[in-house]
Amino acid sequence: MQFQYVLDNFVSLFVGGLVFGAVYALVALGYTMVYGVLQLINFAHSEVFMFGTFATVWALWLIGADTSTMGVALVLSLAFAMVVSMVTSGGVALLLERVAYRPLLKRGAPRLVALISAIGASFVLSEAMGLRGAIASALGLESVLGRYVARSRENLGLPTDRTFTVQFEIFGYGVTNRDIIIVVAAVLMMVLADQFIRRTRTGRGIRAVAQDPETSSLMGVNSTRVIQITFLIGGLLAGAAATLYMLQVGATRYNAGFILGVKAFTAAVLGGIGNLRGALLGGFVLGIAESLGAGLFGGEWRSVVAFVLLVLILLFRPTGLLGESLGKARA
Amino acid sequence: MAEPVEAPPSAAPIRLLEMDDITLRFGGVTALDGVSFHIDQGEILGLIGPNGAGKTTAFNVMTGIYRPTSGRVSFDGHPTSRLKRYQIAKRGIARTFQNIRLFKAMTALENVMVGADARHSTGPISALLGLPKHRREEEAGRELAHELLDFVGVRGRADELAGNLSYGDQRRLEIARAMATQPKLLCLDEPAAGFNPSEKQALMELIRSIRDRGLTVLLIEHDMRLVMGAVDRLVVLEFGRKIADGTPAEVQNDPGVIAAYLGVDEDEMGEVDDDAS
Amino acid sequence: MSGTTTAGAPRAPRRGALLDGVRARLRKTPRWAQFLFMTALALLCYLLPLLELPIISTPGTDFGGVLFTVAVYVLVAVGLNIVVGYAGLLDLGYVGFYAIGAYTVGVLTSQHATWPWLLSLPVALGVTMLSGVLLGWPTLRVRGDYLAIVTLGFGEIVRLTLINTEWLGAAPGISSIPAPPSLPLIELPHLDWSTGVPLVDFSDTTTFIQFTVTDPVPFYWLALTLVILVLLADKRIKNSRVGRSWEATREDEDAAELMGVPTFRFKLLAFALGAFVGGIAGSLFATRQTFINPESFTLLISILFLSAVVLGGQGNRWGAVIGAIVVAYLPERFRGFEQWRVLVFGIALMLLAIYRPQGLLPPRRTIRAQQMRETEESLETADPTLVGRVATEDGDVGRDAQEKGEDRG
Ligand SMILES: Nc1ncnc2c1ncn2[C@@H]1O[C@H](COP(=O)(O)OP(=O)(O)OP(=O)(O)O)[C@@H](O)[C@H]1O
Ligand SMILES: [Mg+2]
Repeated sequence: MQFQYVLDNFVSLFVGGLVFGAVYALVALGYTMVYGVLQLINFAHSEVFMFGTFATVWALWLIGADTSTMGVALVLSLAFAMVVSMVTSGGVALLLERVAYRPLLKRGAPRLVALISAIGASFVLSEAMGLRGAIASALGLESVLGRYVARSRENLGLPTDRTFTVQFEIFGYGVTNRDIIIVVAAVLMMVLADQFIRRTRTGRGIRAVAQDPETSSLMGVNSTRVIQITFLIGGLLAGAAATLYMLQVGATRYNAGFILGVKAFTAAVLGGIGNLRGALLGGFVLGIAESLGAGLFGGEWRSVVAFVLLVLILLFRPTGLLGESLGKARA
Repeated sequence: MAEPVEAPPSAAPIRLLEMDDITLRFGGVTALDGVSFHIDQGEILGLIGPNGAGKTTAFNVMTGIYRPTSGRVSFDGHPTSRLKRYQIAKRGIARTFQNIRLFKAMTALENVMVGADARHSTGPISALLGLPKHRREEEAGRELAHELLDFVGVRGRADELAGNLSYGDQRRLEIARAMATQPKLLCLDEPAAGFNPSEKQALMELIRSIRDRGLTVLLIEHDMRLVMGAVDRLVVLEFGRKIADGTPAEVQNDPGVIAAYLGVDEDEMGEVDDDAS
Repeated sequence: MSGTTTAGAPRAPRRGALLDGVRARLRKTPRWAQFLFMTALALLCYLLPLLELPIISTPGTDFGGVLFTVAVYVLVAVGLNIVVGYAGLLDLGYVGFYAIGAYTVGVLTSQHATWPWLLSLPVALGVTMLSGVLLGWPTLRVRGDYLAIVTLGFGEIVRLTLINTEWLGAAPGISSIPAPPSLPLIELPHLDWSTGVPLVDFSDTTTFIQFTVTDPVPFYWLALTLVILVLLADKRIKNSRVGRSWEATREDEDAAELMGVPTFRFKLLAFALGAFVGGIAGSLFATRQTFINPESFTLLISILFLSAVVLGGQGNRWGAVIGAIVVAYLPERFRGFEQWRVLVFGIALMLLAIYRPQGLLPPRRTIRAQQMRETEESLETADPTLVGRVATEDGDVGRDAQEKGEDRG
């Protein structure tokens, strides 16, 4: 264990963790909201996110952004990519709700079955991405789609420039504009989501369904619509997270969603699943813990640290740091 | 608050269960507020009160689902506070549930055998090797289960999935399952809910014959008229407090009780249940 | 509350009536006939790799090897069925136990010692069982769907630890795992169907019993024997207090507890026994392969295992067997579609969840329904005892369910 290393690089590890935590938190919101409303772990949410990462790259390709794009043009390109990513992820989330959940909910299927359907959907989505080349050639579209479907199983990199400039230093660590963009954008998104849930009519509907689905449907809340909107918001946030993730990591792949999804879910549980602010806190705590853990034990143990943390939380504080509160806690 | 009425001294009753100053709060709600009562061996005690009075909660405290905020429960002379729920069951408290909770995907017979297993100790090894103990227990459990299914009147449906039984059979099956644990105290939470008058009557007869088998019965029931004829003694709860305790005749004339079932004159008391829900 | 909340179980339509019919018939046949049938079936299974029947043989791959894989999957599915099907605990990290079984054998026979295979096996099983208890002890207290995620985490922790630990061979893994001891008795010829009629082919033989890298058939026989033993044990344990306690816990944990079932202990037992069987499968896998690396123990494998159980019908051992055969055999039979395998699985899982949530071979239902009809007829004539029957399952039930106050907790 490298205590000295951690001590020497504490700030850089901490900020690095914070940045990753922001991405976790955004994805965690999707898990938390769906769980709050349906008491279901939306296992396929990770794939919603993964589609966003691809959409980000493709959007940049589409407008021809590359390493030579700089300054305002770069900022605008990225903003455009984020919008495309959000729309894509939102759409996938809606599709998911329609295909994998609604038929089950209508029949009042047991939760285990719904989880299995979600696992199935998750495989379908990630494999569909991984097989996009084969699918395109089966449809005879390979030449039309060209690079969009080429090398489907390989990494796909962000085409734009990823050298970031240091804006200011804290305790010897240079905070880059990327770090700032990611954290600020993530927090902004979360504040928007939080305000939406708290202040709008639809948000009230979501909370009502989370509290008590039966009564609220008697009171005239359209629960199907509420569930749709919940999936949509979760998808939009995951799409935003996907662009930020691409900025941070630089590359994606058809199965990139899985690990990130599990970690985001961990973050949601850590903060108290069903609790929006909990997801924020959980994301940051997890990101930082993981980053410090990786510093301590070596980068290859990074994911192990996250999983062990998940197990520990569930054991000692199964309702998370802030408790479960979108609806009431259910045991 | 009415004084607890002692049973006639000649009977020299043995106290089976004692609730001593039980208080239970859920956040702001005080579901039970300093409730004390006892159950004597061999009696049928009725527990009545309007909706939300805390009757089911009292069951939950007795059977270990909730730990009381304060106060103590003792059963058969021993406090139950440190026992796990299954241990309490093994000590001899069995119950049914207000909203039926059978093992739906198991057969009626298996449901009852699960109850009977409370008295058994077969583990995986003896089951695997088919040791005599396993076979003996299996045989005994099956026999008891069949006998109890007959006793409650679910004869001939032993191999049916519990979830496929009719509503009334499910209620009776729950009683059989609870009895299979061979309890000293059987707690029935509104066993007659949803029954028509003649079925209710039949159920009360069943309950008396349960007592005749040597069990003590604690019965929650909304239908006052029904309960009056069936029980030896009544405890009345309202808003988590005990407001009366005594023989049916005493309780019936208790002004507090009449007030609790407000606006209904005595003849209609049987109908409170229906108004309330 | 228990892991499943069902709002009004849907009246399942009578699908799979054929299979149910077979089972109903099986139940009616006398015991000796059943025994005979089962023995014949087992014998046929033993002979399969020698018969090399053209329709089911796998072109391109060694049929014996495919059969071995299928047998290992069957073991895994039967073991996982104890955890998921009987006890109702969703385990997404079952591959962890499989890996622990495989690696223990690897470490003891090759990596750090040269124990004989026969000695390493029981130790491997002990270690897997212990790991089941160690994982279950803290985690079985958490809520049902959290358990799924915790076990998933466990599977990943095992895999990542294998990759990152030099002592366990890191990414390249462990090789030169020895074979079980051989006892060569006779040479058995295979059949050759290439001319359309079966010919005994003496140039293609299997030595009974010689474990070599080149001939998977003896490994298959070993695996099949273990499958049969595990199935017998499973049947006995299931039809006892233990099996009932598992099912009761799965159906309604609180109610089970109040009927005197120490639910935690039984869940732990299910975990330990499931891990044990997973360990057997893992050890066999390592032995047959002679080398193992972390790549063989990914989450995908866990999901394949789980889909075998769910596909077949959770809670039914024959369902698990069939599910495992489907999952392991079909992709081998129809090679060339390999790359679509996971996609097809995903679609199958979704379709199954939506249209047949009970699996292909759900645990007894139609049999019971049939008996119900029979008893109903006999009841018609019996005098209505003690309590008259409730006319309908009408509003009373609904009202009752809506009444608040029961056991929220
Ligand atoms: N787990 C719980 N959390 C919060 N409040 C609870 C809980 N269980 C019971 N209560 C409250 O305690 C009070 C007593 O409820 P209880 O179920 O014991 O009533 P009851 O006498 O059985 O009524 P009913 O006739 O409707 O069955 C009610 O106000 C109920 O809402
Ligand atoms: Mg009640």
